[in-house]
Amino acid sequence: MAAISARNLTKTYGDLVAVDGVSLEVDDGEFVGVLGPNGAGKTTLLEMLEGLRRPDGGDVEVFSEPVWPRNARLQTRIGVQLQASSFFERLTAREQIRTFASLYGVGPGPADDWLERVGLTDKADTRVEDLSGGQAQRLSIACALVHDPELVFLDEPTAALDPQARRNLWDLLSSINDSGRTVVLTTHYMDEAEVLCDRVAVMDHGRILQFDTPAALVRGLDAPARITVGPGTLTTEQAAAIPGVTETADSVDGVVLVTRDPAGVVAALAEGHHLDGVKVQTGTLEDVFLSLTGREYRA
Amino acid sequence: MSTRGPFWALSIAILRGFLRDRGAVFFAIIFPLMFLVLFGGLLANQDQSKVDLIQIGSVPLVDDLPDDARGAFDATFEVSEKDDRAAALEEVRKGDADVAIEQRGDRLIAHYTQTDAVKAAVTQGTLRAFVDGANVAATGQEPRFTFEPESVEDDSLTVIQFVTPGLLGWAVAMSAAFGAAATLQGWRQSKLLRRLQLAPVSTRTIVAARVTVTLLIALGQLAIFLGLGAAAFGLTLTGSWWMAIPLVVVGTLCFMALGLLAGALARTTEGAVNLANFLVLPMAFLSGSFFPLDAAPQWIQRLSDLLPLKHLNTGMLDVMVRGEGPSAALVPLAILAGFALVVTALAARLFRWETT
Repeated sequence: MAAISARNLTKTYGDLVAVDGVSLEVDDGEFVGVLGPNGAGKTTLLEMLEGLRRPDGGDVEVFSEPVWPRNARLQTRIGVQLQASSFFERLTAREQIRTFASLYGVGPGPADDWLERVGLTDKADTRVEDLSGGQAQRLSIACALVHDPELVFLDEPTAALDPQARRNLWDLLSSINDSGRTVVLTTHYMDEAEVLCDRVAVMDHGRILQFDTPAALVRGLDAPARITVGPGTLTTEQAAAIPGVTETADSVDGVVLVTRDPAGVVAALAEGHHLDGVKVQTGTLEDVFLSLTGREYRA
Repeated sequence: MSTRGPFWALSIAILRGFLRDRGAVFFAIIFPLMFLVLFGGLLANQDQSKVDLIQIGSVPLVDDLPDDARGAFDATFEVSEKDDRAAALEEVRKGDADVAIEQRGDRLIAHYTQTDAVKAAVTQGTLRAFVDGANVAATGQEPRFTFEPESVEDDSLTVIQFVTPGLLGWAVAMSAAFGAAATLQGWRQSKLLRRLQLAPVSTRTIVAARVTVTLLIALGQLAIFLGLGAAAFGLTLTGSWWMAIPLVVVGTLCFMALGLLAGALARTTEGAVNLANFLVLPMAFLSGSFFPLDAAPQWIQRLSDLLPLKHLNTGMLDVMVRGEGPSAALVPLAILAGFALVVTALAARLFRWETT
């Protein structure tokens, strides 16, 4: 069953076409990322999927129900994190999540459990204004999940966090669809989409350019892999003799083998016991973006 | 602890947010109370200060006053004596004294300054009265007419009686308008408004919670003002003062609507608060919150009739200290309710969920 089914969504602000004819199907239990640079239309798309914004064209169904206009039957089944600062002013973390819980008819018990699950129990009595960026994001995510929704939308949950705080948040994010919850997340970080998402929709200028698993997106690149073996393991002549190797080069890290059959080459290396310091580099989502848009990815 | 309903959860969250906002509490409670202390405490003893009078040389008309008349004279004038006429006139000219008197034969001559029009009028009137009294006494006849002044107001009517309702009106207007404007803008900017829109909570519940908290704050202001006024400054309320409660309630709704309008028009929280301030502060001056409008030009008084705060102040003044019956509040209540409806409708038309 499709959790989300969007057809031909369009949204225009004046002259700017924010979302341009986007269709999207998200399956139940999937973790989907919408990846794109700032201004790609990710947030506008998400807001139309959530039922916050009325599309100029096209329509959205969530769990086979229309999301627009405001659909009361969906509200308890959907959780939304808009941005870190969507809080009641001057409440503590505990008061904050308990207030949100009350809005959904959920008691303080589950609210406190969620606080613990996102690791904020020792910050329960801290006002939201005094939380760090990462803590505020955790609280914001907990507030979106406190009523145990089947579908969660997270709008750039790791934006404005330093790399360490971002990685700390990944564990939490990857755990929230463990119980079969469907998650849709927007991000402008390639690595994040690659690590967290089952499928990634690459978005630019209001259009979804491709929507597939990270591996399939990279495979679709048709770019050769680069395999490096540690220095002294292999000469360039030996390397060039391995079937499937199209090109070799010396580098400070050792010998680089370029191939379109990384699996076969690695197998051959293993056979000859030449695996010391081996490193395989296939394409990244950055390469995908480059090949799809013809320009460098800039978050 | 059982699960609170959305209405209570929201109300408690908003109330906590207010009570923890030192700035908001200061402007809602402490700041207006400072004015109450200022007006009630400092100006209370300012019964028109005495007129400084210099007596040049001997003035038999004053010197020979019978004891009771002399007492009345001293109640109005602070008398000092000086023989140097030129020096005395110079003092009056410089404003150190208000009037200098001299007697030439049967003529009492007063040299006064116009700088303080009230004192000048008092001086002339009083001196003329004494001269008239002396004239009557000189005829040896019993005076045929007597004069008995009697104030129409209660004896207890002091400055505090007049300033409390006006300042309370200003305080209520200010905190209701600012609270509504700041909440609307703040929630819109943080996208909390959007977030709530996605929760199973009706817009009506959100509005009801915000209104309830604002009314609670306004009634708190009423209690603190009346309590402090009575305890510290001898405020005495008249019979139907309790009609001030519905007046404060409807007045609060009216100014919340004004705050919502400011919040709907402005793009930032600061802008909304500034706009609310821009609407409320001049209105407070023009509505008699700080000083009575009786002496103001006619056109200002007509203009003030268009301002809701004027009607809130008048209504509260009538029922709280002027001793009028409960019905005196009905017209102001109706006018305030009308304002509230019109402004709310306008704010609702201009309302946007987001700043973009």
